[in-house]
Amino acid sequence: MRPFKYTRAAETAKAVEAISKNKNARFLAGGTNIIDLMKEDVARPDELVDINRLSFDQIKATSGGISLGALAKNTETANHPLVRQNLPLLSQAILAGASGQIRNMATNGGNLNQRTRCTYFYDTAMPCNKREPGTGCGAMEGINRMHAVFGWSEKCVAVHPSDMCVALAALDANVKVQGADGKTRSIAFADYHRLPGDSPELDNNLKHDDLITEIEIPKNNFAANSYYLKVRDRASYAFALVSVAAALDVSGGKIKDARIALGGVAHKPWRALEAEKFLKGKDATEANFKAAAEMEMKAAKPLEHNKFKVELGKRAVARALTMAMNGGKTA
Amino acid sequence: MNEEKFDLEDCGNPPDMATVESDVLTVDEEKLLDELGIFGESRRKFLGQVSTAGLSVLAMQLLAENEAFAASNGDVKTAAVKLENAVKVSMKVNGSAKSLDVDSRMTLLDALRERMDLTGSKKGCDHGQCGACTVIVDGQRVLSCLTLAATCEGADVTTIEGLATGEKLHPVQAAFIKHDGFQCGYCTPGQICSAVALMEEAKRGDASYVTENIQAKARSLNLSDDEIRERMSGNLCRCGAYPNILRAIKEVHTGKEQAQGWKFSESSETEVA
Repeated sequence: MRPFKYTRAAETAKAVEAISKNKNARFLAGGTNIIDLMKEDVARPDELVDINRLSFDQIKATSGGISLGALAKNTETANHPLVRQNLPLLSQAILAGASGQIRNMATNGGNLNQRTRCTYFYDTAMPCNKREPGTGCGAMEGINRMHAVFGWSEKCVAVHPSDMCVALAALDANVKVQGADGKTRSIAFADYHRLPGDSPELDNNLKHDDLITEIEIPKNNFAANSYYLKVRDRASYAFALVSVAAALDVSGGKIKDARIALGGVAHKPWRALEAEKFLKGKDATEANFKAAAEMEMKAAKPLEHNKFKVELGKRAVARALTMAMNGGKTA
Repeated sequence: MNEEKFDLEDCGNPPDMATVESDVLTVDEEKLLDELGIFGESRRKFLGQVSTAGLSVLAMQLLAENEAFAASNGDVKTAAVKLENAVKVSMKVNGSAKSLDVDSRMTLLDALRERMDLTGSKKGCDHGQCGACTVIVDGQRVLSCLTLAATCEGADVTTIEGLATGEKLHPVQAAFIKHDGFQCGYCTPGQICSAVALMEEAKRGDASYVTENIQAKARSLNLSDDEIRERMSGNLCRCGAYPNILRAIKEVHTGKEQAQGWKFSESSETEVA
């Protein structure tokens, strides 16, 4: 690992100031991703500003919904009574990710900012436009089994690795950030992460000196009928091939509102807006779930090694919706 | 160091790099290159690539490490260390207070193993993928290979060495032996630390991905085999001792004796025809 200066921030303003002054400085929260990236020489900050002692670690009910402190740990968030009761989809998504140890360390804000696990991004001997703009995309013509089927560009076919973010996308969360000017602003989750386009080096729309303070999830009626389904190579502790956050608001067998987001298929959590639109007002039947899934996956553009994700995506969307209706059971 | 007094503490000392002529090496530097097996042409090449100042820092670190190795367990010697970006950190490890200067890059795992002589925690992958480095920090199981020692100011750390009470093994340790929950033993300290923390998580009623009805109010859980497997998935065992690890954990978790999953060979199985 390259040498870096370590500072411990006790105040938000000072933390932001330290980052503002040095474009090679990074915030350090749980560290589960950035420390690994630094060991691999993929991330090369010359200063880490430890923000773990700042006070954004509360989980609380607000007038609009539930607020998750950016520095609350993933484990604490998934198990908080407010989250388990009102946002079971989010609890499940968090618990589907990583391992017990990692969830104990990882923070909510850090989860949003974790970087792709594309092997070409991680291997400094390989070309990668995300790691080193202009060097090309190794995965495009390489081994791309784990890569995107939606929204990719010629520059980058990597996928976002988070499970938590897939649920946050489905639940229309807002990300609150504090900028260098001390002002806070709110970013809609759909606008938080980016598609790769011509600048895959940018994963999200944060500025260098923005600090995430909290994530807000608006009130919803999805708690009774939601499910997070994760399909992966191993039964546990593996990144998703395809994952689905499914949430339904059902009354008298009719779907009043539907939210579906997919993980493992794009550079950002992928909202299945076509499928959602199709389902609204329809009966909550398996046939309709299958039709919605079919419709959404039509737009998929698979690469050489991930054609299976199209069929897998169809089945996973239909199954997640069925499980959302049946209290987590397949039938 | 008083936590209350600083806003943004500059934990680093400016690197103390003496200006050294590139072709003049100190005795320590000579020794270092000898130890690294870098001689003749390769030494000239190596020196061309490495700034001498950097080398002198490396030499000082090597010396400091040697001193730390020689130090007794309770007394972490840090004098005469001129570390780049040094951070002073104090923590409690297995009940005893430790205070040391670390390079900002040093992980908790390396600090435990190389500076405190606590070599029970293992470096498996060093990338947070295998769980061999699992320790318990402030009651939570974490990966010490992805934890910077510098962030552990004021932390309460328990490693495999801190689980037994005197000569009396922790119940999870005893159960691992009884059920033969290992073969080579390399992943075992991490497995056991993970399992010890898991018991508390179950008592607290923490959910997992395979927990049914996640909305139910948290209460002490009786974990199924699938629950234990899911919750232990961050600890890999390349020998494949999983069935026995499961039995060991289940026995302690349920308090009920589990059937032994192994037996000594019958003589008929070992006789050569």
